[in-house]
Amino acid sequence: MEYFLQQLINGLTLGAIYGLIALGYTMVYSILGMINFAHGTIYMLGAFISLIAFLAATTIGGASVVVALLVALFSTMGFTALWGWTVERIAYRPLRAAPRLAPLISAIGVSIVLQNFTAQAQGARVKPLPPVIQGGFTLMEGDGFTVNLSWMQIIVMVMTLALMAGFTWMITKTSLGRAQRATEQDMKMAALLGIDVDRVISTTFVIGAALAGVAGLMVTLYYGVIDFYIGFLAGIKAFTAAVLGGIGSLPGAMLGGLLIGLIEAFWSGYFSIEYKDVATFGILIMVLVFRPTGLLGRPDVEKI
Amino acid sequence: MGGLLRDCALAAFVAAAMALPMLGFRLVDSANGLSLAGRFDLVAWSAGLVFAGRLALGLLPSLPALPALPARLGNLRFGAGWAMAAFAVALPFLPFADRNLVDKATLVLIYVMLGWGLNIVVGLAGLLDLGFVAFYAVGAYSYALLSQTFGLSFWVCLPLAGVMAACFGLVLGFPVLRLRGDYIAIVTMGLGEIIRVILQNWQDVTGGPNGISGIERPSLFGLSFKAVPPDGQTGFAEFFGMDYSADHRVIFLYFLILALALITNLFTLRIRRLPVGRAWEALREDEIACRSLGINPTTVKLSAFALGAMFAGFAGSFFATRQGFISPESFTFIESAVILAIVVLGGMGSQIGIVLAALLLVGLPEWFRELQQYRMLAFGGAMVLIMLWKPAGLLSQRQPTIRLGGAK
Repeated sequence: MEYFLQQLINGLTLGAIYGLIALGYTMVYSILGMINFAHGTIYMLGAFISLIAFLAATTIGGASVVVALLVALFSTMGFTALWGWTVERIAYRPLRAAPRLAPLISAIGVSIVLQNFTAQAQGARVKPLPPVIQGGFTLMEGDGFTVNLSWMQIIVMVMTLALMAGFTWMITKTSLGRAQRATEQDMKMAALLGIDVDRVISTTFVIGAALAGVAGLMVTLYYGVIDFYIGFLAGIKAFTAAVLGGIGSLPGAMLGGLLIGLIEAFWSGYFSIEYKDVATFGILIMVLVFRPTGLLGRPDVEKI
Repeated sequence: MGGLLRDCALAAFVAAAMALPMLGFRLVDSANGLSLAGRFDLVAWSAGLVFAGRLALGLLPSLPALPALPARLGNLRFGAGWAMAAFAVALPFLPFADRNLVDKATLVLIYVMLGWGLNIVVGLAGLLDLGFVAFYAVGAYSYALLSQTFGLSFWVCLPLAGVMAACFGLVLGFPVLRLRGDYIAIVTMGLGEIIRVILQNWQDVTGGPNGISGIERPSLFGLSFKAVPPDGQTGFAEFFGMDYSADHRVIFLYFLILALALITNLFTLRIRRLPVGRAWEALREDEIACRSLGINPTTVKLSAFALGAMFAGFAGSFFATRQGFISPESFTFIESAVILAIVVLGGMGSQIGIVLAALLLVGLPEWFRELQQYRMLAFGGAMVLIMLWKPAGLLSQRQPTIRLGGAK
């Protein structure tokens, strides 16, 4: 039971991070209908930028840990948003009218470029960061096995909840969110009604990248090791999460992320850690075969 | 002009801001943890470069459009294909060809063959397969395992590896059947990763991350290419009364992959005209119309998957015999991406386009091996730039192979 609870906590933490990345995938997919392959790489950039910002704030600026974390959070969001915007502007926007595969290939190219750029600019070795937020706030139960809920895990979950709430508010209540939903339903019609579609799409990328940046920051703090390759697997898993939850659905992305996190945690806890990725992909395939719209997705009605 | 300058300044500012964290600071690993080193000159450089680049783009008139290709393109391409094949055959005997060049050409040909195999799935049948490397891996491991456990020769294993890969294609094709569009991409990518993870972890059979080494090299009708041929075999050099040279094997391998690739090409060109090939193209254009005309999408899709996989299996067993060593490292997702990029950049469905794209994407970077560390950077950049320049691929050919009544 204790073991189960511990895995549950670990899985939820991991899932929250996947969920944040998945939001970016699902937003872009619902508007443009393309897999933004570079999104995982943006998350990796976020991890690096947050590490650099944190170190800059503490060692050069001499700030306290809390201030440094806030600096890292906001600068990461800002800088990754800028990277996301630029990627869209350079590599995707000119291809909007191109054949369907062109943006996908371009996105794969961008992700290769960003990965190798990071490896060259920051070195290919794994970057360790000593734990910043030291573990223990509670041991929930003790019965031969203690269940830990670390501060870091609480921060990850609270942060994710807060971002989700803010994000949902933005989509449902603000004019930007309305424009976004309109563009998603019918891009041409939205443009006719005076919505600046280009701007909406840019904003989508900016928001998605900022969320991925936060995920990168949290991974840096949570695991304490990053390298230039983390974006690939995390990106695939987050996309899996988006598909699992039903692509295009924002709560679905979060739900999918949590499920993927839980599956991974339980699989590595109870079966084998080597095959945890197989479990994730296996579930993705099962879902797509038996329920292609995902858990919360709308059925895709095809008109001829 | 003022607008342009403002644009340039803006672009330079954005570049500087982007470069500030990633280039301006460098993470330095030392005994007492991570520290930062500044190098802000790089930020200034990138801002300056972007400013200049943006200015040049704005000042130059838009890039000249390519001259329209002649109308009788079909014949031209036909001739170009023969010319390229002739050049490929003559390559090892040309004066400037050394061992290094032939070796690189072999590598390019592997990718050409893989591209042609994937072209059946992506270009003809329109199924976006991002896990093609799985079949390549199946072919390579099939050959390695068959030859090591049963002592079978390359020539026996080659068809077996193809059949094995085709079976995998059938099995892995099933989950994909009900899906459409990008979902196919993501599922095939997942399947490819599953195969790789299994190869990595199934220690007893695949040797895990260490892979399989000492894979048997092929012989030419029993003529060995080893310096000292094994008992009961004659060496190639000895048989033809030449001095032994390691180059013989390199050239032999080159011709082997050339033959395999040309068979793939011939097969594709022919099968496009058969009912199943036409059904692939029809399915690519409109699945619903196909169904209503009585084409069974299941068999059509599965046949495309299986045939594409078969050629990947051939290429895989060639790869294994050329390297003499295989490990899961060689079959990562990036390989799938490279192969797909070759097909798409070449212009989906165009056989010659694939050769050009393979030369550009695999051959050119090989040439600059000295710049090893920037190789992948240039590769990714080339992918983006070619797509921006020609979104439909270098030589796009989407006309159906056959039209009703031979009309124009």
